[in-house]
Amino acid sequence: MKAFAALFNAIDQSTKTTIKINALADYFNQADDVDKIWTIALFSGRRPKRAVTTTRLREWAAEVAGIPLWLFEECYPIVGDLAETISLVLPPNPTTDNRPLSQWINDLREVYKADEAAKKAFVLDAWARLGGTERFIFNKLITGGMRVGVSQKLMTRALARATDRDEAELAHRLMGNWHPDDTTWHTLIEADDASADASRPYPFYLAYALEDGPEALENPADWRAEWKWDGIRGQLILRGGEHFVWSRGEELMTDRFPELGRAADYLPEGTVLDGELLVWHAGADHPSSFNSLQPRIGRKTVPKKLLSEAPVIIHAYDLLEWQGNDIRHQPFAERRAVLEQACASLPPDAPVKLSPQLPFDNLSDLHRYRDGARDAHAEGLMLKRSDSPYLAGRKKGDWWKWKLAPLSIDAVMIYAQSGSGRRANLFTDYTFAVRDGDALVPFTKAYSGLTDKEFREITAWVRKNTLQRFGPVRQVTPHHVFEIAFEGIQASPRHKSGVALRFPRMLRWRKDKPLEEANTLDDLNEMLRIYG
Amino acid sequence: MSQHPVLTFTPEGIYCPAGDFYIDPWRRVDRALITHGHSDHARWGMGRYLATHDALPVMRHRLGEITAEGMAYGEERMIGNANVSFHPAGHVPGSAQIRVEVAGQVWVASGDYKVIDDGLSTPFEPVRCHHFITESTFGLPVFHWEPQKAIADELNAWWRTCADAGKTALLGAYSLGKAQRLITMLDPSIGPILCHTAVENTNAVMRAQGITLPETTLADKDVTAKAHPRAMVIAPPSALGSAWSKKFGAQESGFASGWMAIRGIRRRRAGDRGFVISDHADWDGLLWAIKNTEAENIYVTHGYTDIFTRYLNDSGWNAQVIPTQFEGENLDASDDSGEAA
Repeated sequence: MKAFAALFNAIDQSTKTTIKINALADYFNQADDVDKIWTIALFSGRRPKRAVTTTRLREWAAEVAGIPLWLFEECYPIVGDLAETISLVLPPNPTTDNRPLSQWINDLREVYKADEAAKKAFVLDAWARLGGTERFIFNKLITGGMRVGVSQKLMTRALARATDRDEAELAHRLMGNWHPDDTTWHTLIEADDASADASRPYPFYLAYALEDGPEALENPADWRAEWKWDGIRGQLILRGGEHFVWSRGEELMTDRFPELGRAADYLPEGTVLDGELLVWHAGADHPSSFNSLQPRIGRKTVPKKLLSEAPVIIHAYDLLEWQGNDIRHQPFAERRAVLEQACASLPPDAPVKLSPQLPFDNLSDLHRYRDGARDAHAEGLMLKRSDSPYLAGRKKGDWWKWKLAPLSIDAVMIYAQSGSGRRANLFTDYTFAVRDGDALVPFTKAYSGLTDKEFREITAWVRKNTLQRFGPVRQVTPHHVFEIAFEGIQASPRHKSGVALRFPRMLRWRKDKPLEEANTLDDLNEMLRIYG
Repeated sequence: MSQHPVLTFTPEGIYCPAGDFYIDPWRRVDRALITHGHSDHARWGMGRYLATHDALPVMRHRLGEITAEGMAYGEERMIGNANVSFHPAGHVPGSAQIRVEVAGQVWVASGDYKVIDDGLSTPFEPVRCHHFITESTFGLPVFHWEPQKAIADELNAWWRTCADAGKTALLGAYSLGKAQRLITMLDPSIGPILCHTAVENTNAVMRAQGITLPETTLADKDVTAKAHPRAMVIAPPSALGSAWSKKFGAQESGFASGWMAIRGIRRRRAGDRGFVISDHADWDGLLWAIKNTEAENIYVTHGYTDIFTRYLNDSGWNAQVIPTQFEGENLDASDDSGEAA
């Protein structure tokens, strides 16, 4: 674990990409194959089977630290990470251990089958042997989620450096359903690709935001426009008689969207579509709101009732594989032509629909489309260069998203709560209210949109203007007005105000506005009437 | 024996009715007893100041013309009906706990303190009392400080690595106390130690009062990395990443604070490296200090007051939270507040 801990520290201590890549590449050049594949796995969110429940870990940690469990539980949200909280409450220990990463993982696998007493003995022994970063990593191996600022892009760059292989090819190899338990470094990184897993998705091509409008693009004739839909970006794969659905976050969602299986009735084997998963009712000429998709996202299995209430389709806008061939290198216009042909004979009730292209002659047409996006149930426009290949990851130049300006409302901050992790000991999570006569009606929370400097300023203010404390929550003097931006508004009986906002965030701190100029509940209801 | 509390908590600060004085007041009052010179404790505008002899030079340096008197540690003085004495708090040079006794009832306002010997400040001494006012800046069991020697090794290893790579090491630390403590921990054989004006001015004040510090050079506008290869620069956190810091060329930056124990905060604030070193007591230090006062009544201010108070009550003390206007020395307060987390 020493080498891995050193790598972790090198990455964690630096904000510089070159230093991280060098550290990773050095590690990939030196480490053992099993350690290497586990390193890739851990940094991409894969982990060994959880050998011990987090409930037990917390209890044992409190016991070893000699503190009551409630005190441990108070520390956890402040530190913001369970593995780290455990490492910190345990008595400091300067020792290290010589077992390699893969050995620890093997030991964890063994202990998975053991009884609880054996598990406890193993964990307590590890805590006593390991200090500092090694102890933290051990805890992370159990609790999962080793996020250390290693993006997929960074990892593939380091791997490309260490293996002399093409970055895009490596990105593709790392996608999908592999796990170190059933593959090897050689199979994953080096072997010929013939035996690749049928479920393996392509890396998604991600667009940058077009901040200044399409005037920034040269020659409009080189571009294609389409709606930007407000759903979940997904990839539908039809291979080997099976279908697979992947989210942009590389989560396999096949079982969550069983209705997409019928795509195989209409499209041939060896097809991979890129599109947006949306709720779309039979006979409707537009998708339903993101809100109606929400109940479908969290569920691993779908009850019949929900299937009929919120039927999902994939709104296809790109074709990545056709007749078993990877066609990502072809120009977008050619891929689109094949896609349109493939979708030409889809019946209206097919779970695949073609996302239309929007014909335009000039920039003012584009502005007109964007202004009408809300009526088209879209959240803006996508602009794609006709000759662009389908690249991997977020690349500037060929694809742009041009979103609608968000809706916004001026609201009063009434509660503040401190954040966790990076934001521990700053008040960053606020509840906002609109005015209703003399009363203030809370209607949304927001966490993001301010600078660290502004958060610090508000934190100092909250400390001096706390009216009441409810555990970690402070009720503060209603004084500060913030402009809250959001993407959509829906009626919601669960909320006191009767509305729920989509993606609320703080657009700016309106220091210029007194409390009396904040918006009212009537204003909010009017927005619900217009945009809901 | 008086039934009235010896110290009370007022909007002006901690007040002693028997002696008609305040301790570390935050509003203008006639008579102020000051625990130490950090600006959230020693404020401008008081009629008369009383502090330890060792705390006065820095206070005069920071507050300018003030009417102030000094006392030695352990020296007793009657103010009204209150018997007052100052005792080492180990926080920064000259810092004190203030003991107030009225009719046999003893209260101690400890200000900010740490219980380990930093080699620079007069080390903390527990003072037996009935009522103890404690800070709780790091009053959570996630805070455990490593021995100073271990941090010094870490610091010097980083400095050496930077120097060998042709980079200047810039270390952010509060200019009163923490900066001087760090300077004494550095190994001058690695290279020259340069100090930002705010730090060097405080160094000069301390040297003038007889505190020994290793040789340092003022990093004024003529000082460059070229003229001082292998340098370590000590500066207030706000100076890191500023235009001023650019003249040191290729560089790495670090931040020294107890908050660096938490990875999230370290990543937000530390630049390249975070060093966990604090002039406040850690969890074990707070509990050790409280036990050794033998006090039964504990008043908790500054920091994780609610949680720490609940723990003390669960553990058999009679503890309560004292609300303060300035709740915490927090690394996110402005850098010139003199705080020394």
